[in-house]
Parts: sequence; C-alpha cells; structure tokens
Amino acid sequence: MSTDEEYEEDELQALSETEGECEDGVLQFSDSLTGEVKPRILLMGLRRSGKSSIQKVVFHKMSPNETLFLESTNKICREDVSSSSFISFQIWDFPGQIDFFDPTFDYEIIFRGTGALIFVIDSQDDYVEALSRLHLTVTRAYTVNPDINFEVFIHKVDGLSDEHKIEKQRDIHKRANDDLNDAGLERIVLSFYLTSIYDHSIFEAFSKVAQKLIPQLPTLENLLNIFISNSGVEKAFLFDVVSKIYIATDSSPVDMQTYELSCDMIDVVMDISSIYGLANSEAALPYDKESTAIIHLNNSTVMYLREVTKFLAMVCFLPKDSFGRKGLIDYNFHCFRKAIEEVFDVRVKVQQNRKLLGQRRWSKLTAANTR
Amino acid sequence: MSLFTVLLMGKSGSGKTSMRSIIFANYIARDTRRLGATIDVEHSHVRFLGNLVLNLWDCGGQDTFMENYFTSQRDNIFRNVEVLIYVFDVESRELEKDMHYYQSCLEAILQNSPDAKVFCLVHKMDLVQEDQRDLIFKEREEDLKRLSRPLSCTCFRTSIWDETLYKAWSSIVYQLIPNVQQLETNLRNFAQIIEADEVLLFERATFLVISHYQCKEQRDAHRFEKISNIIKQFKLSCSKLAASFQSMEVRNSNFAAFIDVFTSNTYVMVIMSDPSIPSAATLINIRNARKHFEKLERVDGPKHSLHMRMR
Repeated sequence: MSTDEEYEEDELQALSETEGECEDGVLQFSDSLTGEVKPRILLMGLRRSGKSSIQKVVFHKMSPNETLFLESTNKICREDVSSSSFISFQIWDFPGQIDFFDPTFDYEIIFRGTGALIFVIDSQDDYVEALSRLHLTVTRAYTVNPDINFEVFIHKVDGLSDEHKIEKQRDIHKRANDDLNDAGLERIVLSFYLTSIYDHSIFEAFSKVAQKLIPQLPTLENLLNIFISNSGVEKAFLFDVVSKIYIATDSSPVDMQTYELSCDMIDVVMDISSIYGLANSEAALPYDKESTAIIHLNNSTVMYLREVTKFLAMVCFLPKDSFGRKGLIDYNFHCFRKAIEEVFDVRVKVQQNRKLLGQRRWSKLTAANTR
Repeated sequence: MSLFTVLLMGKSGSGKTSMRSIIFANYIARDTRRLGATIDVEHSHVRFLGNLVLNLWDCGGQDTFMENYFTSQRDNIFRNVEVLIYVFDVESRELEKDMHYYQSCLEAILQNSPDAKVFCLVHKMDLVQEDQRDLIFKEREEDLKRLSRPLSCTCFRTSIWDETLYKAWSSIVYQLIPNVQQLETNLRNFAQIIEADEVLLFERATFLVISHYQCKEQRDAHRFEKISNIIKQFKLSCSKLAASFQSMEVRNSNFAAFIDVFTSNTYVMVIMSDPSIPSAATLINIRNARKHFEKLERVDGPKHSLHMRMR
C-alpha cells in the first residue's frame, strides 16, 4: 500500500510540474524518474565563500564590485532563472553552515532532484575546514543520488599569480581525492575549476557545468560543426545572452580569449541595444528576433552575432574573406536556426507524451483502486 | 602647435594618476590598483584631436612636493595654464588641509594664469553609499564654489568605476575644442542628409564625445558616457587579443547603429531608426562624408586655432 502511495505522489508531482513547463521554443530538459523537469544546481560551501555573489554576477548581471554590499544569506534562496535565461535551472543558494543532522533539513529530497552540486571554496582562506565540509557534503549527496555531477569551484583566485593558482588547485585536488579514497569512495568524480567573479573564469566554469546537464549537447555541437564548415567560419558559440554562459560550441578547441571577446561582444550589443533599440512600449526588450551585430577587427577577423531564440545567440568568428559571401552565410544560418527549433520541438513533444503517459497510468491506478 | 597646458593636481592618493591612466592610457579601472604613489611631478604630453596637445602635469600629492610647488616651482608650473583640474578624495579625513592646498593653487593661478578655467572633481564617489551621494556632493560643491571666488569653478562628481569620470573629462575637453561650432554645424548637415536619428563624434584615443547631433529627444540622458565606456571597454578587450576594432554595426528590429573610423582623429557613431535602410547605403554615406570632414580638420589647422585663442 505504501509503495502505491509513493507512486501516486510521484505521478502527481510529475503532472503538476509538467503543467507549466511547455512554453514555446524554450528547451526543458532532463526528467529524472520523479518527473521533475528542471534539474537543480546547488551552490554550497562555507560561509563567506562567495556563493551568493556568484549567483548575482552570473544570472543577475550584477557588477562584481557591488557584491561587496550583499548581506549574508541566512536561509535557502531558491532562484528560478528560467524566465529570462535559456538555462532553466534552479539555483539553490545555501547559507554557509548547513547542519545535515538537523531533522528539519530534508536533504534527501533536495539531493534527489539535483543535477549538479557546486561546492565553492574560498582559495584566499585556509581551506582545511572547507575540504572536510566538501567531503561530508559529497558523501551525503552521493548516497542519495549517485548521478549528481560534483563540481568544485576554487574561488576568489583573482589575487593569485598563475603559479599559485595551479599550486592551490593541485593541492585541493589531491586532498579532496585522498579523503574520498580513504573513505573507500574512489568512484566519486570531482571536477575542479579556478574561478573569480572579477573576470570571465566564473562564466567559463558555469558554461562547463551547464553543458554537462544538457542532453542535447551532441546534437547542438553537430549542428554547429556543420554550420561552420559550410560557411567558412572559424569558431562558433551558442550563448545564453543573459548569463553569457555558452551552452554549445563546435569541436575546435576553445580559446579562453575568444570566449571572453564573445562575452564582451554580447555586452556591447546588449548595452547599445538597451540605449537605442527599445521600442516605445513598456515591455520593450533590447534583444529581439532581428538582433544582429557585425564587428570588424583590424586583424582581418569579423565577429558576427545572430539571434537564434529569445534566449540564445550565435557568436561566430570568421575571416574577412569569408564574410564577403554574407548571403551564403545568412542562408546557412537560416537553416541552422530552423534545425535548432526542431531540436526543441522534439523535446516539447517528448514532454507532452510523458505527460499523456502519466495521465493514463494515473487513471488506470484510480480505476484499479476503486475495484 | 596649439599647446594647451592642463594641470592635474590634488593630494596624494586622491586618484589623479588612476584617472589619467584610464582616460588617456587605456587602463581599465581594476588595473589602477597597481599604480604606486607618483613621485614629484609626472609630466606627459598627450596628443589629442591632432592639433591639440594636452600637457599633463600630474603632481605627486605628498606634503613635501606640495610645499615645493608653492614656493620654488611656482612660476614654472603655474604659467600658461589653460585648465586646472583639482581632484578631491571624497573620503578624505583632512578636509581643511585639502582646502588649504586648493586655495594655494588658486592663488598661484590668479597670479600666473588668471584666465584659466578651473574644474573640481569630487572623486571616489563609489565609496559613498548610494543614497548619500547627491547630498555629499552638493555640500562639497557649495564649499568649493564659495572658496574659489573670484575665480569660478565647475564641479563634477566622479568615480573610476562608472561613467561619471568620462562625463567630467568630456565636458572639460569639449571646452578646449577651438572650432566646435563649425564642427556641430557640419555634423548636423551630415545627419540630416542621411536621415539619421543621432550622430556622435568621438575623439579617437580617449573616446570622449566631442560633438553630437540629435534630431529628436532621446530616452537616455546619460548615453554619451555609457557609449564611451562601452566602446572603450570593448577596445580594451580586443587589445588583449592583440587586435583592435575598426568598425561595428548593431541592429535589432527598432534601430541600426554604425560605429566607424571617421577622420584621422575621430570616430563616428550613426543611429538610424529606420532599420529597413540597408547597411550598405549608410556605410557609403559615411565614407563620402569622411572626405569632407577630413578637409575641415586640415583647414582648421594649428595656426587657425592659435589665432582664435589669442583673441
């Protein structure tokens, strides 16, 4: 009887959650067995490690300097960034000190629906306590949900020299893995990132974390590869314009500087569009279907930005000669954009089918119960 | 060469070198953390608008140097000054001392260059809580205006972390351009011919707005500083890749903006609110106008501007 009840609850949950999810053209993803549509990214770490600042800078366009005025988080803040961003994650910002043994804190439910757990370590501070908390958190989470991606942000590295950064990363990496090995949990994989809110490293790290949670990634990469090879483009990114996280790129290696320049280009386009490109209505958005930008650099490279969906933009780099055939590039882009729409449509259809299936099962259940 | 001397003065640590680095040497705000205290006087020639040379005297603000200026170096430093820019650190604990030095500067100016324009920058405003900023600035401005009599001073509130720095320097530099009226007339004609909503002219090195034309009310009153800042930041990002940008086009369904090299000393930004006009048309118009404006710049050469100044 109890398993039936659980089953009912899960189905109800699935139904209610899929209800509001199918907006047009917005990609929803990763339903686990419980039917939750939006996976969670948890931001955890010791007090003052920088979690809320990260969230504000990446998803709310806060200037890093303003984060000095942020107050300590004293309860779990649950941010839903799906309305403005392609990334429909829930960011859970935990206050620094979480007591796992506190009975009111039901970490099981939280971890079960989590896609990625980001643990933030303040690299400028002594990190012994951080490491022990990391170990505790990871082991707890793993027992509940072994599929969680564990990401460790070695944060606040803006003050350190390159050698110092590498040294810290190596040290933390070694210690964390030693702790896990000692506990017999070698299976758990931790990924490490050096981050700071004062440069692009936090966006780059978040890009990688987000990409791991996107099931369509290979398809998107494939589409980008086809596009660039047929258009004479050297590099292309698919960016979420609000957070400047790139959710896909072609298979050529990513050069950090190219990524940074792309972020800067998006900033320029958004800023200029916000000044001159707002229609007279109240709900005007600077970024719309016709948003385009072309930047000519003096080294014969052209940067080209085109709107893909209301959240996504493609930023590509191509040599000036290729850009001479703009008509061809625009046609290829048109095909690319249509393909992306189809990828999304598939997802929405899958969603709707699941919902239908769930409803049928539910009605069978009720029928079975009434007999 | 018309040589304008600009004196940049203020107490030690008030932010003069940072300011100068950002406006003229393409630093970004964060890089200024690396700057150490200026020793004695740093003297630099900065070419500006081709035929203007800004003679920047960045005087180390420490006490011993300050004493030095007002006694032995006085005539040397305060002679032929067109513009005095005095920087006050809004967080300073020694307001009286600051005012004392400021007044000594003014005295020296009155004696040696009585026609100089005086600008006071109340700097580091980012360190003041946002709701306090207007109040504190107003207080300082009143005090400074009072103290400066019989000279009149123009006050600005600034910070290297936002657009207020550009606004202040833009206003200062605008007053130094000898043929600004003619420039604006020509710009207006150009804009009307190509049916642009707005045309901005930027100085090439600093991206300060030196002239503009608009045909209708624009929504954002602070847009010049914002655009300057935006482009400058982007220029800096490009320089990290050892590149620089030549031209830019940004559009959405409501507008199209074109930023391009104009004359040897300027950049132009053209805003069209009719996005159906093909880019190629606007770009050709800009190219044709370029030749005309280049001619203008050459005609108003050094001799001409020098002559105007002497009147």
